[in-house]
Amino acid sequence: MAQPVIRELKLVSFLEFEKPIAALQERIDALEGSAEGSPVNIAAETRKLRKKVDSELARIYANLTPWQKAQVARHPNRPHFTDFAEALFTDFEPLAGDRYFAEDEAIMGGMARFNGRPVMIIGHEKGRDTAGRLKHNFGMGRPEGYRKAVRLMQMADRFGLPVLTFVDTAGAFPGIEAEERGAAEALAQGTAACLRLGVPMIATITGEGGSGGALALAAANRVLMLEHGFYAVISPEGCASILWRAAEKAENAAAAMRISAKELKELKLIDRIVGEPLGGAHRDRAAVFATLSDAIGDELASLEGLNADELRRQRREKFLAMAQAA
Amino acid sequence: MSWLNNLRPRLKFLQKKDSPDNLWMKCRGCGQMIFQRDLAQNLHVCPQCDHHERIGPVDRFTQLFDGGTYRTIATPKVADDPLKFRDQKPYPARLKAARAATGDNEAFLVARGAIGGVDTVMGVQNFAYMGGSMGMGVGSAFVAGAREALKHGLPYVVCTASGGARMQEGLFSLMQMPRATVAIEELNEAGLPYVVVLTDPTTGGVTASYAMLGDIQISEPRALIGLAGQRVIEQTIREKLPEGFQRAEFLLEHGMIDKVVHRKDLAAVLGRLLGMMTGQVKDAA
Repeated sequence: MAQPVIRELKLVSFLEFEKPIAALQERIDALEGSAEGSPVNIAAETRKLRKKVDSELARIYANLTPWQKAQVARHPNRPHFTDFAEALFTDFEPLAGDRYFAEDEAIMGGMARFNGRPVMIIGHEKGRDTAGRLKHNFGMGRPEGYRKAVRLMQMADRFGLPVLTFVDTAGAFPGIEAEERGAAEALAQGTAACLRLGVPMIATITGEGGSGGALALAAANRVLMLEHGFYAVISPEGCASILWRAAEKAENAAAAMRISAKELKELKLIDRIVGEPLGGAHRDRAAVFATLSDAIGDELASLEGLNADELRRQRREKFLAMAQAA
Repeated sequence: MSWLNNLRPRLKFLQKKDSPDNLWMKCRGCGQMIFQRDLAQNLHVCPQCDHHERIGPVDRFTQLFDGGTYRTIATPKVADDPLKFRDQKPYPARLKAARAATGDNEAFLVARGAIGGVDTVMGVQNFAYMGGSMGMGVGSAFVAGAREALKHGLPYVVCTASGGARMQEGLFSLMQMPRATVAIEELNEAGLPYVVVLTDPTTGGVTASYAMLGDIQISEPRALIGLAGQRVIEQTIREKLPEGFQRAEFLLEHGMIDKVVHRKDLAAVLGRLLGMMTGQVKDAA
């Protein structure tokens, strides 16, 4: 495994419900600033404050509402596809284009090595800064992106490479051109391609699992979910604006739809929850890379040795069972 | 009038009779008042402007199966409210209202009959039932229809009509997309035709799964077909949408469907195609 590059991000933007932590952090920063070149020993005081930060984080994150989880899942500093590709894999060779129309950088993919074993990795990339977000269209895939994903999956199948996907999207891009070029058909083919694979497929919902745009990369043998990710048939805001006729009711919609990893695991709609460090993946990326790498390694090991028919059969049966009898 | 409207359904002797309320209706295409009986006799297509009015499973079965004869296939009963979903109205109350309005248990019915002499299983989605939304019940009915076709080696025709996934079932509704996809894959592998008739409207998760995976895709004229809702697109790109956007003819022009077929020709077109795809019918000439 490659060394993760960023150990700790200094610049963390705080979410609304993290205000107490922001205040503590400000005091720490102020103390450290004033201490420069001064003889006063502030170590004890900052240590105390840092302990307070940890206990506050633990308290807040143990009681996150589904809506707060959605905000954590969308946190701008949350690791993205590019980060996972760099940290969990070696020899990543990005591959581009759908061979019909264009290259769509909202969905990235390519071959890489996972613990030395060649695999195909595919995922949504939201972009890190303004320029990046525009380049990657905020992680909202156009038909071309999904057709590229299908192409890479089919190639993986031919060369016996397990497919590992990383899902983080608000949904497929809603635009005129996307509809003209068959966005719905591209998603349908994405899901069908996942279900057809004769190689192991493991999907991880790393942040936002936004409806059909997420599913098209996630009809996998194993669906993992980071602890603070969410996975939903429609965004909480979208659901609220339709059923409550008020987008502000997103909090109610998020709760009603059961979008959290814990709830979805209980409903048997996902297979495994991958724990996040205290305060979310963005507070300690190295930790989340290590945990996720281990989880994917485990699941991959459990699928190795199954032949193509068996992998397909198990995957199909798993999804066919996703309805509750009366 | 409101007390009268409330009273009327409770007076059983009044129900069978045509009341002025339902003798006439306003065409959603041209706005003209049409005599209901004329509309029904014209396959629910406006005689003035050719607007194809939305129709339910029973009308569809009657129109498409030879001689209007068919046998309905039972579909599985599923849990009604898996998430105990509450918005402004509890989900079970919405189901109850939809069941009372349509007389059906779910928004998708399956039947078997002949189309142009070809023994066929057909599924029809009902927009009048909670907007034809896809939840576990619809997914299970879709799969049951496909399995019936598979068991007897028959083609599967599905008429779609849906606003998309049923949000009240959360991620269960999204998971009906891979369920239906698996059922279609099984038909493909068995060499059985899967034909989609897209009717007004077909949007969201239904379009993004079984509505777009047909061997052949046929649409009724002017049907709205798309992934994203028009309001969502307008809000995202901050532009007015072009005339005819996401209509059947627009999809035909962009290569997403095979044909746009008038309702009066639909049974004949399906019969011809199914005859050639299955080899069940010998050349009529």
